[in-house]
Amino acid sequence: MLRTTPFHARTSALCISHAWRRWAGYIVASSYELSHEREYHAIRSSAALFDISPLFKYVVKGRDASRLLDRVVTRDVGRVSVGQVLYTTWCDAAGKVLDDGTISRLEERTYRMTSAEPTLRWLEDNATGLDVSIEDVSASLAALAVQGPSSREILQQLADVDLGTLKFFRMTAARLRGIQVSVSRTGYTGDLGYEVWVDAANALPLWDALIETGARYGIVPAGMLALDVARIEAGLMLLDVDYVSARKALNDRQTSSPFELDLAWTVDLKKEFFVGRDVLASEALRDPEWQFVGVEVDWEGLERLYAQVGLAPQLPNAAWRMSVPIYAGDEQAGYATSGGWSPLLKKYIALAHVRSRWAQPGAELEMEVTVEHQRKRAPARIVKKPFFNPERKRA
Amino acid sequence: MTNNDAPFMQQPYDVIVIGGGHNGLVCAAYLARAGRRVLVLERRERVGGAAISEEVFPGFKFSVFSYVVSLLRPEIIRDLELPRHGLHILPLESTVTPLPNGDYLAQWSDHDQNRRELARHSLRDAEAYDEFGKLMHQMARAVKPFLAMTPPDPTSLAPGDLMGLARVGSHMRGLGRGQFHALHKLLTMSSADYLDEWFDTEALKATKSASGIIGTFLGPRSPGTAYVLLHHYMGEIDGVFRAWGFAKGGNGSVSAAIAAAAAEHGAQIRTSAPVERVLMENGRATGVVLDNGEEIRAKVVVSAADPRRTFTQLVGPSHLPSDFVAAIERFKFRGSSAKVNLALSELPNFTCIPGTGPHLRGAISISPSVDYLERAYDDAKYGEVSRHPYMDIVIPSMIDPSMAPPGRHVMSIFVQYVPYHVNGGWTDARREALGDSVINTLAQYAPNIRSAILHRQVITPADIERMVGLSEGNIFQGELALQQMFFLRPVPAWAKYKTPIVGLYQCGSGTHPGGGVMGASGRNAALAILRGRK
Repeated sequence: MLRTTPFHARTSALCISHAWRRWAGYIVASSYELSHEREYHAIRSSAALFDISPLFKYVVKGRDASRLLDRVVTRDVGRVSVGQVLYTTWCDAAGKVLDDGTISRLEERTYRMTSAEPTLRWLEDNATGLDVSIEDVSASLAALAVQGPSSREILQQLADVDLGTLKFFRMTAARLRGIQVSVSRTGYTGDLGYEVWVDAANALPLWDALIETGARYGIVPAGMLALDVARIEAGLMLLDVDYVSARKALNDRQTSSPFELDLAWTVDLKKEFFVGRDVLASEALRDPEWQFVGVEVDWEGLERLYAQVGLAPQLPNAAWRMSVPIYAGDEQAGYATSGGWSPLLKKYIALAHVRSRWAQPGAELEMEVTVEHQRKRAPARIVKKPFFNPERKRA
Repeated sequence: MTNNDAPFMQQPYDVIVIGGGHNGLVCAAYLARAGRRVLVLERRERVGGAAISEEVFPGFKFSVFSYVVSLLRPEIIRDLELPRHGLHILPLESTVTPLPNGDYLAQWSDHDQNRRELARHSLRDAEAYDEFGKLMHQMARAVKPFLAMTPPDPTSLAPGDLMGLARVGSHMRGLGRGQFHALHKLLTMSSADYLDEWFDTEALKATKSASGIIGTFLGPRSPGTAYVLLHHYMGEIDGVFRAWGFAKGGNGSVSAAIAAAAAEHGAQIRTSAPVERVLMENGRATGVVLDNGEEIRAKVVVSAADPRRTFTQLVGPSHLPSDFVAAIERFKFRGSSAKVNLALSELPNFTCIPGTGPHLRGAISISPSVDYLERAYDDAKYGEVSRHPYMDIVIPSMIDPSMAPPGRHVMSIFVQYVPYHVNGGWTDARREALGDSVINTLAQYAPNIRSAILHRQVITPADIERMVGLSEGNIFQGELALQQMFFLRPVPAWAKYKTPIVGLYQCGSGTHPGGGVMGASGRNAALAILRGRK
């Protein structure tokens, strides 16, 4: 049956919308309140608290832990220092992306890896002959994300270590009101934010501590709808929404290389070997066929389409996740996979796969919109990702 | 029309179909739909062959023989508008395998629920399951086009065969290297070996491999069984089409819907009309003679009976080339399965999942390990009924309550291995012993079953042969083994629904692709006949 997370006793009491959704076989709140709007704004103006326990988590330990991870992922794990976190992708032998996630170096020979899909078998199959243990801690390790401009202050009130010195994509062990956790300065919102990893047994006291202390700073428990808007603004892709894992793809067209997902920066061809390296090395020599880009819909153009039927522009009130055609003249240049209205930027934005020849920033294209049951094309252009990138994220 | 047809001008029928099983009816419906005057002759008092529903005990309806809609071709459902004619396929989604240690293994249709359950047994298997499913989906897609085609003869240089082979070749090349290699493995390996490459959990391997042995006289470790696994996935390609399930009213309603479609297109269907033989004149088939001596003529005669019955009984070896007769005699039947139908006063209470739950709406598979299945086969190899048989159980009344009086239930148990050629032959005592052994096996997992039984019907392979005429009780009209498939089914060089006798065709499951309540043989045969006689 579906599982509930270690925070369910708290989250279920708060979820007055009764809007739940599935995530990796767990149920999590879509929004707690009747609308996700306040939850979204908390991410950008105070702090939002997310239950991210359903992530798959693995502890990789042993003499060959670095070798295993370096064998699997596209980035150079060996160069990561203890306390550093790495965002990376990993591919199959054909160089097509299987999944993406983070790797934290907890100790010299101990790593924690997160993924969107179960990855134990893939790690084990690549560990043949290596001196390494792989433990699936997905259920035993709970996790919360505290995201937003006040997140540092809230956590600092509770922490026994100085979080002011914790840099972007670094992590540290800490006690929050006495509860042993690890805190990483990471997140899925593109804002200042942290993820807190805790033994499932201590999940509820941790939640309570964050809510109590956070109340004075306007912390708001937030669900997946708010997160979805924020991650699109941050230009962050989502498995099964923006791309299909090569493990699930039913044909080659559905697969993507890291280059086609705008992740060339995660492919370290200086490494002697990793799964898919040879194919990616030759792909690196040419332009990728596809690029994963930001799209901004032109407001005036949209307004005109609605004016023709006597309406003001009608905008999706939540982010959408579907395939929407992008056109360059008569040709289909690509397709957007998620998008929505950015309440902060006051822009209609989308993430899209576009053939390379139309993918340069500034390119003028059109995106399909349905206006009063009729398919129309609104002018749109390619823009740089992320759409929103505040200084505080890294500061 | 050629001069040859002149003597038939005054005949009321273009085509006579011998046998009103689902394939005979499908064939008749397609021919009638194309404007042919068709007569279906069924020996029994009702149509359906082995796809029938009968009220065996008052108030309790059974799909007496075949019990699920497995692979009924979507094109047939569409072309014959079967839903309009009453076909309603209800979902049959889970499979639960009770284990001797009191635990169970379930396969659920919901992805998350299924993954959780598999992870309880093996995290690796839970992960492998999706990849396996994906590969099988691709393999099923790779094979599917062949189901709807007349198999080309690879030894022939006729333009039709060459074109067919070219189509097969280009399709195979289109698969790409990885899929082609996987397909080759599927065609050559045993299901146990094939599944060993994917999974660790015994019960999972056993339950999956069981679908590779159904209706064959092979064990899960016999090469060639991996391919039969694939047939299981064929229905899943169509996804929401849901060609896999339970027909409301039992499998008889599949036959009834096809018969209604055939009748609407003008086909005549006569029941209680056993055909004694095919009428032969000047070396060609010109009609049939019924048991009562009545002669009915037609330009074309199509037999939906199995190849042995068609050629050795309805035609007779004297009209056939001797090498063909020899090949038909070599065609293997070796029925290996039995059926036990139970009327129950209450639901079975499984020790592993007590009470009434969703597990009772799906299949329950007695297949705890590959060794268990292979041992069941060992008994059969030497002419004995399996002491501990493989069983596939469904409770149709949980899916369609109209199958039993309110609060009561019917249970269908498919049993294998039950050899047709049992040592000492089939007797009433042996039949009852088989029933007892099935109940004893089931009682190990659901102890209340004994006291819940109101009525019991046990059908041995010999009974299947006697009741519906399937030779040696083989449910597929001949084993679905690699040496009897595609251009080899039923006989090399005669796999195109034609026979050595002009005017005589075959449309039963004994022709390509055969097997299951699929209807593909009937449809392919009809299309071949229509192509042959414009």
